[in-house]
Amino acid sequence: MRRNDPARPGQPPLGLAGEGLTPNLYDLAIFILIAAAFAILAHGARQIAAPAERLVGQPIVLDPMNLPEYALRTTLRMFAAIVASLMFTFVVAALAAKSRKAELVILPALDILQSVPVLGFLTFTVTYFLRLFPGSELGAECAAIFAIFTSQAWNMAFSFYQSLRTVPRDLIEVSQHFRLSPWLTFWRLEAPFAAPGLIWNTMMSMSGGWFFVVASEAITVGDTTIKLPGIGSWLAVAIDEKDIGAVVLAVAAMAVVILLYDQLVFRPIVAWADKFRFEQTAARERPQSWVYDLWRRARLIRRTAQAMGWLGGFVERLVPRPAAPPVVVRSSTARRFDLAWIVLVLAIVAYALWRIVVFTRQSLDLHDVLVAVEMGLLTFARVVVLIALASLIWVPAGVWIGLRPWAAAKVQPVAQFLAAFPANVLFPIAVVVIVHWHLHPDIWLSPLMVLGTQWYILFNVIAGASAFPTDLREASTLFRLRHGQWWRQVIIPGILPYYVTGALTAAGGSWNASIVAEVASWGDTRLRAAGLGSYIADATAAGDYARVVLGIGVMSVMVVSCNRLLWRPLYRLAERRYRLD
Amino acid sequence: MDTVLPSTTNDLLVADHVRKLYPKGSGEDLLVLDDVTLTLRTNEIVSLLGRSGSGKSSLLRIIAGLMPASSGTVSIAGRPVQGPAPEVAMVFQTFALFPWLTVLENVEIGLEAQRVAPAERHKRALAAIDLIGLDGYESAYPKELSGGMRQRVGLARALVVHPRLLLMDEAFSALDVLTAETLRTDLLDLWCEGRMPISSILLVTHNIEEAVLMSDRILVLASNPGRISAEINVTLPQPRNRLDPAFRALVDDIYARMTARTPGKTVQGMFPGTGISLELRRVSPNLLAGLMEQVAAEPHHGKADLPALAGPLQMEIDDLFPVAETLQLLRFAEVAEGDIRLTDAGRRFVDLDPDGRKRLFSQHVLAYVPLAGHIKRVLDERGSHAAPASRFKDELEDHMPVLSAEQTLKTVTSWARYGEIFAYDEDTGVFSLDNPA
Repeated sequence: MRRNDPARPGQPPLGLAGEGLTPNLYDLAIFILIAAAFAILAHGARQIAAPAERLVGQPIVLDPMNLPEYALRTTLRMFAAIVASLMFTFVVAALAAKSRKAELVILPALDILQSVPVLGFLTFTVTYFLRLFPGSELGAECAAIFAIFTSQAWNMAFSFYQSLRTVPRDLIEVSQHFRLSPWLTFWRLEAPFAAPGLIWNTMMSMSGGWFFVVASEAITVGDTTIKLPGIGSWLAVAIDEKDIGAVVLAVAAMAVVILLYDQLVFRPIVAWADKFRFEQTAARERPQSWVYDLWRRARLIRRTAQAMGWLGGFVERLVPRPAAPPVVVRSSTARRFDLAWIVLVLAIVAYALWRIVVFTRQSLDLHDVLVAVEMGLLTFARVVVLIALASLIWVPAGVWIGLRPWAAAKVQPVAQFLAAFPANVLFPIAVVVIVHWHLHPDIWLSPLMVLGTQWYILFNVIAGASAFPTDLREASTLFRLRHGQWWRQVIIPGILPYYVTGALTAAGGSWNASIVAEVASWGDTRLRAAGLGSYIADATAAGDYARVVLGIGVMSVMVVSCNRLLWRPLYRLAERRYRLD
Repeated sequence: MDTVLPSTTNDLLVADHVRKLYPKGSGEDLLVLDDVTLTLRTNEIVSLLGRSGSGKSSLLRIIAGLMPASSGTVSIAGRPVQGPAPEVAMVFQTFALFPWLTVLENVEIGLEAQRVAPAERHKRALAAIDLIGLDGYESAYPKELSGGMRQRVGLARALVVHPRLLLMDEAFSALDVLTAETLRTDLLDLWCEGRMPISSILLVTHNIEEAVLMSDRILVLASNPGRISAEINVTLPQPRNRLDPAFRALVDDIYARMTARTPGKTVQGMFPGTGISLELRRVSPNLLAGLMEQVAAEPHHGKADLPALAGPLQMEIDDLFPVAETLQLLRFAEVAEGDIRLTDAGRRFVDLDPDGRKRLFSQHVLAYVPLAGHIKRVLDERGSHAAPASRFKDELEDHMPVLSAEQTLKTVTSWARYGEIFAYDEDTGVFSLDNPA
């Protein structure tokens, strides 16, 4: 999933960035490479998954006394994933920003990877990680953490890359002029400059991650069933035992966790990151956090900062200073190297393509592809209808709230809280309702897909409407624009970049959520809505790796196509025509 | 004028036959600096005076070791420059302060890079802050300071590393008039009292008065490609008075030199390129009309001194020159020796009503701007009377850098819109002959 700092609409989020609308050579190459990687993984998983693992570990007990511990375990998984994502970000984004060859491969890879449904490939990663740590829970833990990681890392890396590429020219010159070592340049220039964007993206990624941590704790792959201690597993057991009280407890526990996360992590960090905002004027409302205010006053913190500074200074002494700024050479030799690089990439792609053919020929035929595409179109229709419905509700609401600062100040934190709250915790309650009233699952399971993601539309629209210039509002009031005209010519163009960012995030999230939303159960009752999500979920449960890969592939192609054909042109238009600065 | 001086031991900076080429979109490279030779001795302030496009910032960056010269050598204190030299510190036009560091931390950054011990660098930074008149602001962030204060931080940051040569890149041009003047005077005071640890200052500017006010020697850079066209010794005693007749005479003299018509060059010589690949400056028809009106009105009656116009119009030469030269290109005026004189067409333009002005303007654009004529012809020939802008942009990019091509095409579009020669649809990126109703 991808998000954008609503305060900085200047940087397009991953999925919207880039010039072309049509896929280029690298997009295609990278797509084949990623598909081949999945095919090979799936092939390998089929080979090693034969003996069902007996997991040692305590069974989940629905005792409220256990709930705090489960909540803690869930949270720890979350933080492990964010640390992994940050490390990935620093390495990969720096590589892409510094090396043009790496950039050519990394950027399309990030773009495609972020459209791969995270819960889809949990299937083989679980198999691999279980193999890595036989007989222990560690493998399953790693698989869950890896799933969260894959929901966060790509857009964090992209944000960091974007920042590194837009460091102001004059500050780069100052750093070269005073011959700052790479280490000092990173800590004094690059990291602070990238901090607001990266921190915002990290925090939004974490918000999105709660959904995946809940979903990845209790997984069934073929004969292997894993239940890691955590709120997600508690929920799974509650569903099996039809214990509505336990479900309500899980919702409450999750609400407390998200509230603590919001107050103790999200807000303080965003408030702290504000000091790195690249601006030369002091104005604007600053993000507030009572925790951050406390933190700033504590003496211990200052001591820690001093110690860190001393440590940094020590490392600084070990790094050599550059003698001269790097000179960019664009000669015929460089061009020849580029050519060699492209040939190398193409050779690997050709091999990858061959592997895909070999893998799919064993178990799939054209009919399977057609079925997957048909299912994909069903899910696509759902996403379109639901995003349209959510927009019809939340755009007017968001505009109304955003234009009233007192309301925005109250609602914005709530919207961010709701976006972080994992909607899948609420699914069982919806399922109980559907079962009770005998509603049609094909229709009534669908809203679950946007249950958690619609808030992105709301809070981006609020941010856009809040940022709408007062003079333009006053002008349109003075000219007494008619209601329809006001919407069409004033406010919709004004909030469009924000809306596109929010809707793109919501749509991407809904595709992902379809894997858990299109199949739901309550005790022995299984509800199933036809679609690509249930197709992948069923294939996963059956351990049918070939169809899992096929489903993931079709979904990725559809998400990428939506981004390229709909959201990206819309965002370009918004940027070009309706920029307000 | 010959600027090669016999090299002596007190030559702090020697630039010898420096050339700089930039790669263009295609074809041959763009020459921005051609055979620049200059020497800077100790204890002098030298100005590099030139207009945008004269390559003065490129020259400064080559001297600072931030970019290599394509050919020629630069040496500082007898050592060839191969990267930022420790004897040099630079003050930036945009201040280039780190917004997340306090004033003190910003000043310390150069010392930190040199790995000066924390206590020592603290002491030196405080001394520099004190010298430059910033005491009390040590813990402030740049965004809390006014522009003038920020540039003082930039100055303190440069001085704290004890450079021998201070480079100033349009250091006052981002400040308002009053603040800039205060800062210039303060800097000159410090210089005259010998309280700064530097032995020479090289300042780059497009402001003639600033150059005359501050420097011992002025090197005038001509544009396209940048080369030194004149060297002027300023012998007026410090502190200098802007109203002093000798000061005014010198400023007028430099104006005249900078607008002097080079014999043997065509009128278009001021714009790089020829034919349809003539690079145009982004000047709006409104501005052109405004300047013509100003020149035609009292007390100028069709002939005016450019420096005298610049004052009341609140424009610097960098803003005024492109307008005057565009008028010259369109044959509405002639520029020479620091004067601008309206042609008959120019006088007629001023007297016309808006529609008449548009017609006259469109005739001149079609006659004297080959690109406009070219686009018009293509549109006439095509059955649809429409053509994508990208077609012309590609054509231009064969002859000039991408940014210049964009600017040239935008300028032609704006002129054509005013003269109602052809229309441009922003959404589709298509030129056409039909006028939107």
